[in-house]
Order: sequence, then structure tokens, then C-alpha cells
Amino acid sequence: MKWGYVAMLAFTVVGSFWLEVAFKVEVLRRAVRAFTSILPVAAAFLIWDAWAVHHRDWYFDIKQILGIYGPFRIPLEEYLFFIVVPLAAIMTLEAVRKVKPHWQIGDEG
Amino acid sequence: MTYTYIVLIFFAASLALDLFLTKVWLVTRRAFWTSYAIILPFQLLTNWWLTSRNIVMYRGGAIIGWRIASAPVEDLFFGFALILCVLTLWVSLGRRR
Repeated sequence: MKWGYVAMLAFTVVGSFWLEVAFKVEVLRRAVRAFTSILPVAAAFLIWDAWAVHHRDWYFDIKQILGIYGPFRIPLEEYLFFIVVPLAAIMTLEAVRKVKPHWQIGDEG
Repeated sequence: MTYTYIVLIFFAASLALDLFLTKVWLVTRRAFWTSYAIILPFQLLTNWWLTSRNIVMYRGGAIIGWRIASAPVEDLFFGFALILCVLTLWVSLGRRR
């Protein structure tokens, strides 16, 4: 089914975005900081992705992806992966800090 | 083994970003490793989904061939580097300068 990769992304969103509500991690509310953190990293990994897709280091089952491609013949799901997974990681870190507020991390004001 | 080599470069680069470029030193923080311990099982699960169903496939010559939960071992370093880079920048941007 063409939703195979999307299902993984949806699972990651469902599994992490509830932290925004339940733990009030305020990652989405700090969207500028979040996307400034994510975009340069996503760009670096997407350059690699483009190279790897071109050289077929990895490749995708066209029957299990939507079949929508962005620049460099990278499937749409890959672009979303590099937004969804980093957001989930930031939310996880902020949720841990909500539970353990005395665990300093370096950005305490 | 191009995936193997490139992932090791990205892994080293993520540590360099954390320790030397931003000097966040996130890898010395309990909050980071606790977060990673939560993220890792989900990475293994989602990676297993993508690889065991052949949604994503790898050229044999690109990887070393060791697999964990059906995914190439390289993916673990890939995930770690991705997460460490993003979280390092996140903390770096939240610092008072």
C-alpha cells in the first residue's frame, strides 16, 4: 500500500506531538527556534540523501510511497522525515526536562 | 560501503558540532542520554517497519551488512547524528548570549 512510509511518519507525529499538550513542552510554540535548529541539519542530510538516492545506496519501493517527488528525485516522505523526526526529538528532550527540571542542559536563563 | 563511511563522517561531525563548534556539550548531559534512551526504541521500531517491509532498501555494496532489527547498523549512527545535531542547535539557540 502506498501509505507504508506515511504510516511511519504518522506514527512518529502521533507518538510525540501529544507531549506538546500533556507536558506543555512548547516546541511548536517556539517554532522559529525549532525550525532554525532543524533546517540546516535537514539540508545537510538531504544533500547526502540526494547523493545516496542518485547512487542507489538506498532506494524506495514505489508501491509503498505516495509517488510524489521533490527536488533531486527524493520522495516527499523523505523531506517530511527530516522535519518530523527532529521535532519528535526536540519534544522528547523538552518532555524529559519537564519531568527532571533540575537536569541542566546549557540554555537555562 | 559508502553508506558506512559517510555515516561515520556525519557521526563525527555531529560530535564536533556539539563539542567544538557550539560548545554545548550535550553529550555530557543526563537529559540528552535519557532522551536518547527513549528515542532509540522508537527508532528501532520505525526502522524495522521501513526495512522489514522493504519500503526502504539498501544496495548491498553500500553497507557493511550487519543488521539490527532488520535495519543496517549504519542507521543507528544516522539517527544518533541527526538527533544530536538538531538538539545541539536547539540548545545553542536557547542560550543567553
